[in-house]
Amino acid sequence: MDYANLLAWITSAVTFGTVIMLGSIGETINQKAGGLNLGTPGIMMLGGMASLTGAFLYETRAANPNAFMGVLISIVSTIVICGLAGFIYALLTVTLRANQNVTGLSLTILGTGAANFLGGSLMKLSGGVGQINVPITSRAIRASIPFLSEKLGFLSETIFKFGWFVYVTVILAITADLFLNKTSVGLNLRAVGENPATADAAGINVTRYKYLSFIAGGAIAGLGGMFYVMDYTKGTWANDSIIEALGWLAVALVIFTTWKPRNSIWGAYLFGLCYWLFLYVPSGINAVLLKLMKIDRSTYLQNLYQMIPYLVTVIVLIFVSKKKKRENQAPGALGVSYFREER
Amino acid sequence: MANKQPLIRITKNDNRPLWQAVIIRAIFIVLALVVSSAFIYSVTKLNPAQIFASMYKGAFGSARRTWITLRDAAFMLIVALALTPAFKMRFWNTGAEGQALIGGLAAGAWMIYFSGKIPTALLIVLMLVSAIAIGALWGFIPGYFKAKYETNETLFTLMMNYIAIQIVEYFVDIWDTKGSHSVGIINMESEIGWLPNLFNNQYVLIVIIALIIMIAIFVYLTFSKHGYEITVIGESVNTAKYAGINVPKVIMRTMALSGAICGIAGFVQVSGISHTVSKGIIGGRGFTSIIVAWLSKLNPFIMTVFSVFLVFLEKGATQIASDFNFNQYASSIVTGIMLLFILASEFFINYNVIFRKKEDR
Repeated sequence: MDYANLLAWITSAVTFGTVIMLGSIGETINQKAGGLNLGTPGIMMLGGMASLTGAFLYETRAANPNAFMGVLISIVSTIVICGLAGFIYALLTVTLRANQNVTGLSLTILGTGAANFLGGSLMKLSGGVGQINVPITSRAIRASIPFLSEKLGFLSETIFKFGWFVYVTVILAITADLFLNKTSVGLNLRAVGENPATADAAGINVTRYKYLSFIAGGAIAGLGGMFYVMDYTKGTWANDSIIEALGWLAVALVIFTTWKPRNSIWGAYLFGLCYWLFLYVPSGINAVLLKLMKIDRSTYLQNLYQMIPYLVTVIVLIFVSKKKKRENQAPGALGVSYFREER
Repeated sequence: MANKQPLIRITKNDNRPLWQAVIIRAIFIVLALVVSSAFIYSVTKLNPAQIFASMYKGAFGSARRTWITLRDAAFMLIVALALTPAFKMRFWNTGAEGQALIGGLAAGAWMIYFSGKIPTALLIVLMLVSAIAIGALWGFIPGYFKAKYETNETLFTLMMNYIAIQIVEYFVDIWDTKGSHSVGIINMESEIGWLPNLFNNQYVLIVIIALIIMIAIFVYLTFSKHGYEITVIGESVNTAKYAGINVPKVIMRTMALSGAICGIAGFVQVSGISHTVSKGIIGGRGFTSIIVAWLSKLNPFIMTVFSVFLVFLEKGATQIASDFNFNQYASSIVTGIMLLFILASEFFINYNVIFRKKEDR
């Protein structure tokens, strides 16, 4: 593999990795508060759609749309809509005591459906000609950081060549990690997910913590969808539900990182590399595999390479549960709803 | 004021009469319909009455459509039934999609490699048996690790779906002859390996298979020793251990069973419904069935009602989409809204919400 190819691979991996990282930070916050939210893929779809709709309305209605407002509106619409989806999850699982898995899956069905539905309809609303497009906002979110991306030679070419939102995401992952481990609010949040009864006895408002965590988790995960739409598809919509697939990888990544957002920084990029591996496998390796498997086209192998992230997750899952190291376990009350009277 | 009661109190109500439960659920279903039609109205400005007429037409508008609705409901029912033993044990099998898909793949493989080379009856038997075997394996693997290391089954089974999808994608490419990344209808002319017609109807057999499995699961869970063990483990693993039940063994056995029935569903899909193999043949029903099984409180008979209802919504919404020219995702929206509302209704069935009375102040 030559240098240019390697760079192209890394670039694709960082883009998808950022989407996955945002999803997994959100999901980690959910899970740390005890909510296994299988609605995250759907919420990320909604996030992509909300950001696009917000930016689209702004760019078509405003007299002189400017980049800053476009970015702001698109981020705010994502946070509002996905926070709302997180709120629905909290309302159903905390207040109305519904089962978490079922609620999450329903939310994914709804979110994916709503996003794809609007993806088709927005085109009609816009007058039916061509695709929906938000060039100004999309360009602004893809913009790379001045100086760092230009003047540092090799570093600019490799580490600092991405859009600024990539670095915001990394900072977000570090912040989330510090928040969960070093702040009292974060520790309380983890207590709620580990053992809500004890947290309750210690005077922590379990209900409030769960609500806020699920809302915040939804909003952050939604930004993953926004980044995908603004960066990867450059401000347009495709009804191919790739965001949903990345969302499931984000759920997988939470396990892979053993519930630590700091690990998601490299884990997400690794998943991104795995995702795109099929395009960049050296032909030598392919040739050997083709011979071994007695098939004649290397494109067939792509499907198997795309299995790797899931396979890796399964292996991590088994490994983590086998080792039983205390700091690597899932939150104690993950997936279990807490009702004070039923203790 | 020290003894003031809270504004809202919630008490458990385990023995609400059936008629009340039905009424509460009906209210929420109506609410869900109102919300979904409000949504559709806001986007399309269509009169809701038109929408529902169109939905009915889509699901039951002709004999053929009715049969397709029943066929798909039967398929959904089989998957929901497959999940029931696992759920009863509180094992969250979210892998029905993959278990059914990989079963369907096995069935399709026989059709592709052995059609015309062995007697058709034998072929169908082999398709069924191998679908069951590989579906069981797909369920057994997460079950094994759950039993052995308490590996989280929800996430494990979820990942197994995607592994199955990629394996199917791989074989679709291998079997694709036209370079279009699709297998096409297998044995379109000869119909070898297709489920036979019964009473001159393509789909009666599928409905019968679903009903047989329904009764079998009911009997298995209610009257067999296995069913009893599953129930005890679902209530409390510690009680089960104390009672001398070999918990790991039951977990593995039940998950293999759950996967096996999903395998049957995959076989039915390939042999009786789609006659092809692609990653989309299960079409998310493996996930919807989870919700069907749960909402039916794992009661096989109520599952029938929910299966028909959800397929009705799906077909109806698809019809709206084609009648009024917008995309087919409308059906996921209607289904999603409906599911969330039904989930919410559960709370009002299981609990009494008591407001503070005046004299309590």
